[in-house]
Amino acid sequence: MSEIPSELKYTDSHEWLRLDEDGLVTVGITDHAQELLGDLVFVELPEAGTEYSTGDECCVVESVKAASDVYMPISGEIVEVNDMLSDEPEVINSSPYDNGWLFRIQPSAPEELEELMDAEAYAAEIEE
Amino acid sequence: MSNKTVLFDKHVEYGGKIVDFAGWQMPVNYGSQIDEHHQVRNDAGMFDVSHMKIIDLLPASDDADIKGFLQYMLANDVAKLSEPGKALYSCMLNENGGVIDDLIVYYLNADWYRLVVNAGTAEKDIEWLQQHAGRFDVTLKVRDDLAMIAVQGPDAREKALSVMPDDIAKAASVIKRFYGVARGDWFVGRTGYTGEDGFEIMLPKTEAPAFWDALAAAGVKPCGLGARDTLRLEAGMNLYGSDMSEETSPLISGLAWTVAWQPETRDFIGRSALEAEKAAGVDQKLVGLVLEDRGILRGHQKVVAEDESGNVIGEGEITSGTFSPSLQKSIALARVPVTIGSHCKVEIRGKLLNATVVRPVFVREGKPV
Repeated sequence: MSEIPSELKYTDSHEWLRLDEDGLVTVGITDHAQELLGDLVFVELPEAGTEYSTGDECCVVESVKAASDVYMPISGEIVEVNDMLSDEPEVINSSPYDNGWLFRIQPSAPEELEELMDAEAYAAEIEE
Repeated sequence: MSNKTVLFDKHVEYGGKIVDFAGWQMPVNYGSQIDEHHQVRNDAGMFDVSHMKIIDLLPASDDADIKGFLQYMLANDVAKLSEPGKALYSCMLNENGGVIDDLIVYYLNADWYRLVVNAGTAEKDIEWLQQHAGRFDVTLKVRDDLAMIAVQGPDAREKALSVMPDDIAKAASVIKRFYGVARGDWFVGRTGYTGEDGFEIMLPKTEAPAFWDALAAAGVKPCGLGARDTLRLEAGMNLYGSDMSEETSPLISGLAWTVAWQPETRDFIGRSALEAEKAAGVDQKLVGLVLEDRGILRGHQKVVAEDESGNVIGEGEITSGTFSPSLQKSIALARVPVTIGSHCKVEIRGKLLNATVVRPVFVREGKPV
């Protein structure tokens, strides 16, 4: 069974989001997603300072098997990316919710977070 | 349609992640395909390859000519197989010189040749062989009663021999590379698809699950199709359907070395098409690529071919690409203009990245080439 932390929000394209105390939102891919992809070997991160709308392709994670797009889960500006992943993409496999985070967003419409799935809804989604 | 090999329950038991492959439910990995890759390069791993089809060619009458049949059906020449047990890699072509399949043929004796063909092409292969077999009085016996396990890696032979039945172990311990030996329904070939030493072991289905357990107990780790693909690509071995197909000839697929042109009197299916292609001038070839920039090469990406001075001379296409766990770089096989220089560009998501053009062998026996 994959891990689905209860305090996070989720998308149907398998991104997770965490609203941090500083008002920024941290984004990564779920445990379920990393399991599906297998060993990750390359991450193409967005550039800090870029603005995206919800649903934009903003990042690519590649496993040995395949390349997979990561979609901007809420609109906003990328303010920080996890540079460690450039050299150690496998951290996403070992720690998808902590050290394997992808980027942080300054949300332009924070209320969008409310529309996303909670852990229970995501668990039901991937059960299907 | 989804078939299961006799080892399916073992894959589940050993934690295999099951995917559909050519209509078969097969393990893609048992956790980490990169760990499995290194396991084969450094020690010993095993693959269930029971989805591949084993076809024995036997005489239908006293007039049977199995050798003549294979000399007509295959682009390589089984006349090279003079010693019992010797194996040969060959393409089977259509009249246009396109590749119907690539296969291994073992010569056991004048009345027994054995073919091992790909799972995805097995049905059409059998139909094609059957169409021509009658003329040579050859009978096809499809060995659905057998399973096949590939045990690969520097320690593979020693570990596999330790758990085989005594008679076949004794016989298999002395065979040279690219030879096989049979004892009853067991058959061991010193062949593989990883660039490492090892065996491909064919055995009765009924005995396969217990043998799988015995291999595991001897320290041979189960490996999935994911590792099989990175291992074969590092070894520069073609994958049917990706690197060649019915639409491509061996001459543009890095397989010209498997075409036996001599003797000129040997007529094989596809020969006249290949001769015409050669006479007209072959303008493409299969090369290896190593990506110098960051990224991962994948099948169907566009190659911008350059000459030695960096002038663009045409386009090519990646046929297979992956991340190489042994080299920690991305590698690929690509079909490109024959005049390509030592560098080229590959288009990945709209960006042109730099790659080096190399001979299509990246790793052999654990060492970078």
